[in-house]
This record gives sequence, structure tokens and C-alpha cells, in this order.
Amino acid sequence: MSKTKTLSKTGRDHLITYGMVIIIYIVVEILLHAGLINNQMQGLLVPVCYYSVCAVALNLCVGILGELSLGHAGFMCVGAFASAIWSYQMQSTSMPAGLRFFIAFLIGIAAAMIIGVIIGIPVLRLNGDYLAIVTLAFGEIIKNLNSALFLGIDSKGIHLSLKSAIYLNLEDGVDPIVNGAQGIAGTPRDANFTIAVIVLLISLFIVQNLIDSRDGRAIMAIRDNRIAAEATGINVTKYKMLAFVISAGIAGAAGVLYSHNISTLVSQSQYFGYNVSILILVYVVLGGIGNMRGSVIATAILYILPELLRGLNKYRMFVYSIVLIVMMLLNWAPAAVMFRKKLFARFRKNEGTAEGGRKNGTA
Amino acid sequence: MNFLNYLISGISLGAVYAIIALGYTMVYGIANMLNFAHGDFIMVGSYIIYVLVSNQGMNPIAALLISIVCCAGIGVLTEKVAYKPLRNAKSRLAVLITAIGVSYFLENGALLIFGSNTKAFPSIVNWSGVTLFGGQVKIQGTTIVTILASVIILVVLQWFVHKTKEGQAMLAVAENYGTATLMGVNVNHTISITFLIGSGLAAIAGALMCSAYPSLTPYTGAMPGIKAFVAAVLGGIGSIPGAMIGGILLGVIENLSKAYISSQLSDAIVFSILIIVLLVKPTGILGKKVQVKV
Amino acid sequence: MALLDVTNLSIRFGGLLAVDDFELHIEKGELYGLIGPNGAGKTTVFNMLTGVYKPTTGIIKLDGKDITGHKTTEINKDGIARTFQNIRLFDQMSVIDNVKVGLHNHYKYSSISGILKLPGSRRVEKEIDEKAMELLGVFGMQNVRDELSTNLPYGQQRKLEIARALATEPKLLLLDEPAAGMNPNETKELMDTIAFIREKFGITILLIEHDMKLVSGICEKLTVLNFGRILAQGATKEVLSNPEVIKAYLGNE
Repeated sequence: MSKTKTLSKTGRDHLITYGMVIIIYIVVEILLHAGLINNQMQGLLVPVCYYSVCAVALNLCVGILGELSLGHAGFMCVGAFASAIWSYQMQSTSMPAGLRFFIAFLIGIAAAMIIGVIIGIPVLRLNGDYLAIVTLAFGEIIKNLNSALFLGIDSKGIHLSLKSAIYLNLEDGVDPIVNGAQGIAGTPRDANFTIAVIVLLISLFIVQNLIDSRDGRAIMAIRDNRIAAEATGINVTKYKMLAFVISAGIAGAAGVLYSHNISTLVSQSQYFGYNVSILILVYVVLGGIGNMRGSVIATAILYILPELLRGLNKYRMFVYSIVLIVMMLLNWAPAAVMFRKKLFARFRKNEGTAEGGRKNGTA
Repeated sequence: MNFLNYLISGISLGAVYAIIALGYTMVYGIANMLNFAHGDFIMVGSYIIYVLVSNQGMNPIAALLISIVCCAGIGVLTEKVAYKPLRNAKSRLAVLITAIGVSYFLENGALLIFGSNTKAFPSIVNWSGVTLFGGQVKIQGTTIVTILASVIILVVLQWFVHKTKEGQAMLAVAENYGTATLMGVNVNHTISITFLIGSGLAAIAGALMCSAYPSLTPYTGAMPGIKAFVAAVLGGIGSIPGAMIGGILLGVIENLSKAYISSQLSDAIVFSILIIVLLVKPTGILGKKVQVKV
Repeated sequence: MALLDVTNLSIRFGGLLAVDDFELHIEKGELYGLIGPNGAGKTTVFNMLTGVYKPTTGIIKLDGKDITGHKTTEINKDGIARTFQNIRLFDQMSVIDNVKVGLHNHYKYSSISGILKLPGSRRVEKEIDEKAMELLGVFGMQNVRDELSTNLPYGQQRKLEIARALATEPKLLLLDEPAAGMNPNETKELMDTIAFIREKFGITILLIEHDMKLVSGICEKLTVLNFGRILAQGATKEVLSNPEVIKAYLGNE
């Protein structure tokens, strides 16, 4: 009896998450068709989705695996560049845009996962804050290397350089695809709100199912008590790696959406630096560590908030910072938590006595 | 001889990182938190000096002293208002995110007051320096002062931590928060002192860094802050000599790779060094190994 | 042939010889006690048996197979499960999920199948759920299956740790002070439970204990450890009447 109840409980919880995303999608689509969303807001729709996807990915790493990563923007960067190179190269062929974009996703995700493995091998041996700083370092290295990267493709194959386009030795008439700090210009803008929502739903599906599965339990066991997990026969390295690489792959998918939503892709700090990783971490923590639905909600609110504060003009980021600090204090300070609990308990008690009173009254 | 020039300016840059890293490492060791806003105190301190010297025409040294006092005050205040309530929060991420909020607050506050235009910072060192080897090697006055300052700070800090009562209290809190409280150490007071010193040091670092690289914006402190954090981890977080070694090492590597490899890739090289060191020694150069008791 | 064969086991921490020349032979189905004053090295022996510490010298054989130097995870797969003196549960997971982690290596399906919730994974999950409930039932804990394990009362936390260890289907179960912190009633109940699981699962048990009543009540054989060395070894009655033991261990209490 109680078994079926709980099974449907987690199941229902997931359905609420998917339902929430779908309902918001439908509402936004209706508003779009009615012309009620201005251009500025329209421009935020796809970014909200890819940052949500990245937040879900980071939450898998921080909330479920229990390791603080400050380098997830780096995985986004890898996914963005790998897929953009593909799409740029293929846009002159007769391949249908849909198929091209689908393959772009596979490439972006695969590239991010490969980098995830390469980074995971050294990083996952470290503990706590050391792991955090090393992921930050890796993120910065990725961003840095990408902004120095020159890449071109001609009949002889792929040419790479970290110095300048001249060193590529491309055949006449072939232009480099990636131009160092100028990045990639002229990628097809295949992403749209519908596709972005689908990617978000798939990411949520993957992560929530993973958490409920045998693998998910192993990952959380490692998070809660590594020594006990080992003594229970869990292969710690394997499951840490699994969670980290899936997380990297999903962040890579966010990167694919990113690069196919703009026409010029550059690897600069404001797009892929550690501050972006931190921004996403803020979404994760405010949405609730380990709570995927919360990550999506927090991303949507916090990403749109500065835009809503646009009326405040130059004060908006200043106000945003204060809102952030106050929210953290109210949400997490033990004193505030106690106060909330007390208030809640009193509220419930009042309700209870009121009910009891009513019962007495009728009797 | 070029090499010597690069090396010396690298040491000087490293000395700045070291001074910032000292603050980072002390706050980390004692309050057990990654204070992401630490780097922004460099910027706050530098703006204070900028206003006092460029606008008010004050003596640079007097301005520096005021800047140190102000930064120390703001640092202590920040800890009391934003960090202390979260000291026993369920997740350590809470205080990390709040520190990020404080960082945004300081940067955007400066943006509101001073705008995004780069300000030319007035050097606090009025000495052109020395030339050696018949003019082949020229050492700026700022460079010499920076290196000297970092050495003096290191010595004073070591003395303070190991020889004074306040310093002993710091070591006790760093070792074990709970036990220190039981032994009668006033933890709140000790943490305040830590933030006071750390933020004051950031002001000094800011003045020295901006004297060498005189362009000041609201984001001036962010990257040096991160680099100093890397330096602190490299040297072994929580260790004062470690922060010094890590800082100098980082500055030298950064400068030499800028000069000889690629200015674009210098940051990537610096971060790679951190990763390599941590792979060999997971707790940094002078870090202590911690064994989990089963 | 003995199930567990330990010969010449010792470990050195820096200059300190924490355990010296330790021997242990446990037959299949035995309930064996390892006793000794605080700091005698009992938990250190457990940590060596389970691969947490690497012994300086010695050989550990389980069911005839040399498992010396195996990592903790492998040793669990070899057939040794344990509980911890300071309880180590998966705090933020539900009671039943703690047990399900224990079933990890015996009920398998692929990662892909789990992520896509394919029928194969659903079927195995159903088996896992049933098996976990059965184990919780042994300890009368079905009704708290969805509680967060950290919210359980102390006694139930200890039991849950045993249930999780049993879920890994060990040949040998190591219990590190299972009655620590329990009142006499709870201790009595625990003794019955330990006796019961030995019968039900046909399992061999080695336990560390301070509570002499528990030890003399259920263990057939004892080894007494003092300052890292074996003081006495053999049938419970004989060991407990050994004057050396009374002097070193009981005399201290």
C-alpha cells in the first residue's frame, strides 16, 4: 500500500516539473502570438532555457554528486564551439537544417563529455574546496585556449594553431572557421524557444530518472558518506565520474543552444568565464541544492529579474546584489530558518485550534 | 638581461598576489569560507586613495593609511552583516553565494559612484628606482617598495600569529572551531580581527598594484582576487608562508610566460601550474595532510 | 577450512605499532567477539580487514582466498560487510534507499536503461524494492521506510546500518560496537536480533563490543586485545575466566 503511494509520489513530483515547464511554454507561446511580449523579453527566452539546462547540469554535480564545480561555463564553451564549427562547416552543404542541428547537439554533447572525462580524472581525486578551485582553473583554461584558437578546414583536413591564422597554411580561398579572439562569425541560428524547451525537458528527464535509478542512489551514497559507500561495495571513482561526465554533457547541450542562438561566438570572460559558472551556481543554490525544479524556477526568475529592474536604470545590478544577499540571509541563516519554523508552527497550531473549536461548536 | 627584468617585475607582481593571498588564506583558515569578495577590497581601497589624492590633493601615504582603515572597517562590517548570520548554515554554499553577492554589491556600488571609465591611479611611490649593469637592468621604485612591503608583512604576520595572544586564538580557531570556543576563545572577536587584517592587507595590495598598473575600474580587483586565491591554494591554503610562496611563484610564472610564450595564454599557463601542483600534492606546497578518522 | 584466516597481521602508524602479530580464525557460522579496553586496536583490526588501512605485515584470507591489500569496495564484493562505531549512514537518503544501496551489486541494470526508465530497469527496481522491504522487515522498520535516515532514533540507526550491510549479502559481517549508546532494553533486543539474523541468513559474525553482557550472552568464541596484542583467545567461558583477562580488561572497568 505504502509502496505504490511513494512510487507515485516521486513520479508525481517529476510530472509536476515537466508540467510546469510545458505550461509556462504554452503561456509564453500564447503571449507571443498575442504580441504581448516585447522584443527585449523575447530575446531572453532561449537564454533562460540554456541557463536552466546548465543549472540542472550543475545541480547534478553540486546537489547529487556533492562536489562544488566552478567551471561549468567551460563545458558550455566546449559544447558551443564544437557544435558551431560543425554547423558553420555544414551550412553550405545540402544537409537539412533540422538534421544538421540534431547532429550539432550530438557533437557538442560528446565534446563536452570527452573534456569532462579528461578533467574528471585528475579533479575527482581532490576533495572539497580544492576540487572547486581546480574546476575553476579548468574552466578558465578552456576559455583561454578557445580565445587563442585558430581553426580551419580545407581539402587536406583540419588545421589548428594557437598563434595566428597565417600558421594554419590553409589553401587559397579557404577562410578559417575559428579566428582566435574574434571567434566564429556566421553560424546558423538554428535554436528557437521550442527547441530550447525540448532540450530543457530532456535534460530534466535524464537527470531526474538518473537520481531515481540504481546509479543515482550510488552517487548520492558517495555524497552522503564516502567511506560507508565504499564499505557497501560502491565503486566510488566510477560513479563520481559518471555523474560528472553526464553533468558535463548536459552543460555541453546548453552550449549548443547558446552558440546556435547568436551569430557571432566569442570566448570571452563575460560569456564563459568563472563569473558565468558562479552565476549558474547562484541559480542552483537559490533554487535549492539537489532540487531540479527549483533550479529551473530560480534561473528563470533571477535571469529575468535584472531585466524587470531595467526601470531602475543604472541601479539595477546594485539592487540585484542586495536582493541576492537578503535572499541568502533569509533562506539560509539558522536564525531566520528558526524564526520561519516557529511562525509556521504557530500558524498551524492556530489553524488546528480553530478547527478543533469548530468541531466543538458543531458538537 | 631582459630575463632579469621580467623576473624582477614578476616577483613584484607576485608580491602583490602574495599580500592578497595572505588575506584570503587567513579568512579561509579561520572563518572556513571562500570569500569571493576579497579581491574587490583591492578596488575599494584603490578608489579611496584615488579620491583622496587626485580629488582632494592629500599626501599619498596619508591617503594609504586612511584607505587601510576604511577597508578594514568595511571588511569587519561585511563579516558581521552578511557572513556571520550564515556561519552555522546547513550548507557551506550559502555563505559562498553571499560572498558573491557582496562582490556584486561592491563592484556595482563603485560603478554607480565612479562610472565605468578607467581612472588614472596616482602612484603612491615617488621614487624612480635604480638602474644596474650600466642601464641594462632597471628596477622601478614601485617594484622595490612592493617586494619590501610583502616581506615586511610576512614577517609581521608570522610574528603576530605565533607570538601574540590574538594570533594564538586564531590558530586555535583554525585548528578546531568547537574546541576553541570551549577553551574560552572569543571566536567572534577572532574572526573580526581576521577580516580586519585581511581587508587592510587588500587595501595595501591595491595601492601597490595600482601604482604599478595605474588603471582603475570597478572590476580591477576581481581577477587579481582569483589569482591570489589560486596562489593561496597553490601554497597550501591556511598557511601564511605558503601564501607567500604561492603568490611569488604565480607572479613570476605569469610574467615569464607573457614575455616568452604568449600573452594570450599566460592565464591558461598559470592555471595549469595550479592543477599540476595539486595533482602531485593535493593540499598545496605547504599544506597539511588531513586524515579522516574511521 | 576456516572462513576467515588472519595470520601475523600488524600495522605501524609512524613509530607506533598499533596492532602487532594479530591472529584470528573464524569458522563458518560462528559468532565471534573481539574485546579489549579502549585504544586496544579493535577498530584498527576492522579497518585492516575491510581495506581502510593497509596492514604493514600479515595475510588475510576469506574462504581460502587471499584478500590482503584489496580496496574497501573489492573487499565488500569479496564478502565482508561492516558497520561503524560512529554510525555512518547515508544521511540525506531515505531509510529504504540506504538498504537499496546495499543491494547495488546484486540487482543490476544498465545506466542507459535507468536513465530512460526502460521496462528492464522498472522490473529490477521492483525486485529491489521488495528485497529492501524484506530486509527492513527483519528489523521491524517497514513503517519508517520513507523517513530520512538522519531523522531516525539512535537505536534504529544502528539497526539500519546492519540491514544495509546484510543487503550486500556478505559471508562475514563485522559489527563495530553495535550496542554502543543503547539502554539495557535496546541491548537485549539487539542481542536477539543478532542471534536471529545469524540463523536466518546463515551468516558468520565478528563483533567488537564493550558490553560484557552482550558478549558473554551470544559469542561462542572471543579474542581479547590489549595494547595491540592478543591477550587471550578461545571459547568464551575460558577466556572470561582467564586471570590475565580479568586483570587487564575487567579490572579496569
